[in-house]
Amino acid sequence: MYKANITITLRPSILDPEGKTIEQSLHQLGYGDVHNIRMGKHVEVDVDAGTEKEAREIVDTICSKLLANPVMEDYTFRVEKLQVAVER
Amino acid sequence: MSEKPRAAVVVFPGSNCDHDTFYALRKIMNADARFVWHKEEKLENTDIVVLPGGFSYGDYLRCGAIARFSPIMKDVVRFAGEGGVVLGICNGFQVLCEAGLLPGALLRNDHVRFVCKDVYIRVENADTRFTATCHEGDILKIPVAHGEGNYLIDEAGLEELKKNHQIVFRYCNQQGELTDSANPNGSIENIAGVINREGNILGMMPHPERAMEKLLGKSDGKKILQSVLESISNSK
Repeated sequence: MYKANITITLRPSILDPEGKTIEQSLHQLGYGDVHNIRMGKHVEVDVDAGTEKEAREIVDTICSKLLANPVMEDYTFRVEKLQVAVER
Repeated sequence: MSEKPRAAVVVFPGSNCDHDTFYALRKIMNADARFVWHKEEKLENTDIVVLPGGFSYGDYLRCGAIARFSPIMKDVVRFAGEGGVVLGICNGFQVLCEAGLLPGALLRNDHVRFVCKDVYIRVENADTRFTATCHEGDILKIPVAHGEGNYLIDEAGLEELKKNHQIVFRYCNQQGELTDSANPNGSIENIAGVINREGNILGMMPHPERAMEKLLGKSDGKKILQSVLESISNSK
């Protein structure tokens, strides 16, 4: 069993109005030294797979098929082996 | 034997314009409309599929992303691929983009707020089955109601759209000018609705089914439903 941590972000070329709004709010709170806030999504998923390579392939497929929309989003992920069986 | 155009209104969990759309098609346009639950696997006999507005699957993940894999969508893709007429309104437009039946994507509105108001849209291409009763340059008053209507497409895709006259509607002001202030969501080049290259699939953010009766304030949406239903009747 493997655990994947997936990060989905808007592609750099795309304006992120949500991130912009949060940035403005932080500036109003006095944190003028934070910039370029980009909002994204974090997905955690357990994968039944025999090897890390297999797990990575599965995760890559589900990202491109459903979790991210390639028109506007990029994704990255980390995969790690789980030591203990996780209750489902 | 009924010669009325047959319309299938797909209902996803979270659709909320399905009844308005059904009413507009059946009671106002006199079409043979029926609902099709998203778990159905076959459309049965229909002349047009309408994907209505709403918040399918609670807009989880991305608007339309989950609905696009609903059981019925396989048959919608088949139907569309065979030249069947498909209209996606608002969330339906988002579903069509997610399904790859229309190019581009719909992002969060640039002002990050839900927008619910009447807007003006200009008919950019009247040579489609969805706009045949309009003229190029006509200005229609139709409401929008969405949080994610900010149409985006890459530069190459935009050039394709223009080259093939696939931009059907653009947001404009009352005078028909394409201004930034008339753009309710930040859509690229004020795009409000696009059609596929083959001309059988239209997606639009404004809600024609909410502009069907003078009594309720506006009826410009009728032109769109009338155009497409007539095109079906004429080909029967």
